[in-house]
Amino acid sequence: MAKGKKKVPALNASSMADISFLLLIFFLVTTSMDVNQGLARRLPALSDQQVEKPKDINKRNFFYVKINSANQLLVQGEEIDIKQLREKAKEFIENPNNASHLPVKTEEEIPGLGMVSYTKDHIISVQNDVDTQYQMYLNVQNELVAAYNELRDDFAKQRWGKVYNELDEDQQKLVQKVYPQRISEAEPKNYGGNK
Amino acid sequence: MAKIRRDEKKEMPALNTSSLPDIIFMLLFFFMTVTSMKEVTYKVRIQNPEATELTKLEKKSLVKYIYVGTPTDEFKKKYGSETRIQLDDQFADVSEVESYIINERSSMPESDQGFMTVSIKADKETRMGIITDIKQALRRASALKVSYSAVQRTSY
Repeated sequence: MAKGKKKVPALNASSMADISFLLLIFFLVTTSMDVNQGLARRLPALSDQQVEKPKDINKRNFFYVKINSANQLLVQGEEIDIKQLREKAKEFIENPNNASHLPVKTEEEIPGLGMVSYTKDHIISVQNDVDTQYQMYLNVQNELVAAYNELRDDFAKQRWGKVYNELDEDQQKLVQKVYPQRISEAEPKNYGGNK
Repeated sequence: MAKIRRDEKKEMPALNTSSLPDIIFMLLFFFMTVTSMKEVTYKVRIQNPEATELTKLEKKSLVKYIYVGTPTDEFKKKYGSETRIQLDDQFADVSEVESYIINERSSMPESDQGFMTVSIKADKETRMGIITDIKQALRRASALKVSYSAVQRTSY
């Protein structure tokens, strides 16, 4: 009927801004710039510990890290700075020169890798005081995990020319076998009737 | 020459605001992607510790949180300034951690129960005594996968 194109009147979009503002404010209020990152660790199971305890391990296989209440570090009976810990731990885990005071290296045939010699039974033992600061405890854990990560990366690069994270799952498992993460945390001593 | 006409009122043209919604939407999307939903309102003050070897927590539904810190100002009067534990929306004692974790785990679908991760969000000034107690409680509840929440360190 109607001839000639009828123009559609422009949609009034002035309230659009208000709506989006409302949405924006809603999101600002309900969300937070939260970190979802963390240092992943695995706690030892309660029962396992008791089974493993009696096994006497050679003294040279132990790497003692102690943190006191003033956040000072004692590593293998020697007071050191946190920055040196990573290198020390790496040297301990790797034992590059087969030194007699560092952990025993065992040669083993691992399917998929061939003969490798690695420190199979080394244990890093972390002991902290009741009054140790959480940040310091995390620093120590962080450095130890970093030491493992660096060693694994080096190994992966040598073998496959890739860093550890880029390997596929089977390869990662092999690397984990050569550098098993063995960080033990000393059983907390009873420090008074706090139970 | 240029004439100045005083009598004729010049109307200011309306400001074109048609692109305003687009700008706001852009802001909105930015915030939606960068932030994440708050799990709870913090009743304890937490300053994140720093670390470098961080891994991201993958599945949100598999993560349970334990907050450790000193009560915020509004709760200081009631709960003092000692370090406290917060589970969900309320303060709790160390002895409650174990049952809380067991409860939370049993409410998860059975196929997921083995993958539960407990994220410990503690203030960096916290003393290790309370953390050790929590860790022991987690071991008793056999929740062995833990993640110490931290932010990326930029410098020493």
